[in-house]
Amino acid sequence: MRSGVALKRSVLRKSGKLIPLYPTFFLVVFFLVPFTVMLAVSFFHRVEGAFFEPAFEFDNYLRFFDPFYLGILQFSILLSMAAAVLATAIAFPFTYMITRMSRKAQVVALVLLLAVLSLSEVIIGFSWSTLLSRTSGISNLFVSLGLLEKPTSYYPSLSAVLIGLVYLSVPYAVLVLYPPLSRLDPELPEAARMMGASPMRTFFTIVIPLLRRPIMSTLILVFVFTLGAYTLPQTLGKPSSWTLSVHITDQAIFQANLPFAAAMAIFLLVVTLAMIAVTSMLDKTKSEGDTK
Amino acid sequence: MPTLMNRRYFLGTSAAAAAGVIAAPSVLRADTGTLKVGTYGGFFQDSFDAHIYPAFTEETGIKIESISEPTGSAWLIQLQAAARAGQVPADVSMMTQIARLKGEKEKLWLPLDASSLANSANMPDHFIHKYESGEIYGLGAVSWYINLVSNTEVYPDAPTSWSDIWDAKYEDSLGLLALVDNSFLLEITASTFFGGTAILDTEEGILKVFDKLAEVKPNVRLWYRDEGQFQQALETGEIPMGQYYHDVTGLAAADGQPVRSTFPKEGGVLDSGSWCVLKTSERQTEAQTFINYMSRPDIQSKLSRFVGTAPTVAREKTDLTVEEFAAVSSDIAPIIPRYDIYAQRGDWLNQKWSQLIAS
Repeated sequence: MRSGVALKRSVLRKSGKLIPLYPTFFLVVFFLVPFTVMLAVSFFHRVEGAFFEPAFEFDNYLRFFDPFYLGILQFSILLSMAAAVLATAIAFPFTYMITRMSRKAQVVALVLLLAVLSLSEVIIGFSWSTLLSRTSGISNLFVSLGLLEKPTSYYPSLSAVLIGLVYLSVPYAVLVLYPPLSRLDPELPEAARMMGASPMRTFFTIVIPLLRRPIMSTLILVFVFTLGAYTLPQTLGKPSSWTLSVHITDQAIFQANLPFAAAMAIFLLVVTLAMIAVTSMLDKTKSEGDTK
Repeated sequence: MPTLMNRRYFLGTSAAAAAGVIAAPSVLRADTGTLKVGTYGGFFQDSFDAHIYPAFTEETGIKIESISEPTGSAWLIQLQAAARAGQVPADVSMMTQIARLKGEKEKLWLPLDASSLANSANMPDHFIHKYESGEIYGLGAVSWYINLVSNTEVYPDAPTSWSDIWDAKYEDSLGLLALVDNSFLLEITASTFFGGTAILDTEEGILKVFDKLAEVKPNVRLWYRDEGQFQQALETGEIPMGQYYHDVTGLAAADGQPVRSTFPKEGGVLDSGSWCVLKTSERQTEAQTFINYMSRPDIQSKLSRFVGTAPTVAREKTDLTVEEFAAVSSDIAPIIPRYDIYAQRGDWLNQKWSQLIAS
């Protein structure tokens, strides 16, 4: 009997040791290996008019330090930041209001919203280009309402790209914000209301500060998510609104310049990670300051 | 519509594309018993499946497995990776000229036996592709025109010259192809304003052409990569003019869409695809039989009738009527793309081009 228990324990202990192997396996096979391959390719030598050959040189990175590509990097980062702020600003009050509704209404609202996730970027891009077009877009509605004199086109443009990116990311933002917002103790805002704070004031001085961390996570998620967007900037934007991801794809698919595409992708990854690190450090310092 | 969209469908529109490029070679394992032939997925592949392959199999007994390929470098990269791994995603592939030249530099194509390609005699020299050693590795497959297209409701009178796209009255109303080496706008600009493409021989000349081309930017509403995106906008009149493929425009017009394709007086851009055999293919004999068959004048005529492409053999060798020929080609001398400059200084051209359109 006793030995049986001991055996069970030892099996449990052994299987407990095995558990980390599963995520490790996945991380190695699906992240580490491809990343290493990409890192290696980014140092390879580009053969003009052909492919590439194994080498170790920094030419691909040096080529990136051209005002043209650095400008695109800066633009891409600012665009994703704008998309992150807008998507979070839209999603946060939306999610807050949903969590105040009945359970049934919450389920319906979430299912409807999650249905958007089933749409691909291509479909979203084409739909918005139709909605923003002169011939069949929303400006025709404005004309019939007497707001505009004649129909006009709103794409391709920077705002069209931003609309598309925000539309794409709001459901994800809601998904991240929903659990913490629904766990928020309703007594806290209620107490504020009883002390005489208006609903708006309660929202801004109680709810938002309490959820600073989930808000930061949402901003980071949408930022990273939209940084990789390729289809929307190229369908809805003018060439000046094409992000680094569009240029990376051009290099990889159309120019057969995998080393340069890999170098740009690595650079984008490093910059993104650095920005996330700085953000979380600032956040940490701030929350430490708060507790003091 | 969806099938038309896909003819030279740029895989780049899908986010999965990049993953596909890397994953495909291991997925596409070599099969036995049939000749695998790659053509651009969508309209091209459907037409070949319906009108060309069955008759070929009946005549030669060689079965065809039809492979869908993306255009441009995407397929080239897959072929190259497959060849390194000793695999054969397709024995014979239809390649764009720039991709073919890149493959030539890498010796990616299997040298062919000239005596098995007797029908190459029907073709002009620029469609007989040889290594420096003189060995043939490919033959022209089909040609197609990139023309001046317009919406007939918005513009009742057809534009007649490429110079029209510089005309200020077309402000913000053009759709042009987004890449330097698929729009061939350098060649168009050179032929329209600099008396021919010879000016593209030097960097200095190319920069002059770029300067002239920059003047067209205020007229451009959309720089498109995806054909479907422009075709839809052209049909609705949203973007009523631009450059587009003559064959699909003709099909859309035949479907009743208010669109037309015009051969400009400077000539349409005559682009083409060529058959190449991957060096790892073990079906050289069958591949040669296929390429030789495709180079027959009667098959080229058939392609013109059913696929809407221009013949790669001389017109007088085909049995196309005047109307049939006019539907796919023109007597106006075409603008021939300078594929050599993209092979020589593609990276430089690409960056100059990106800066031009993005600034």
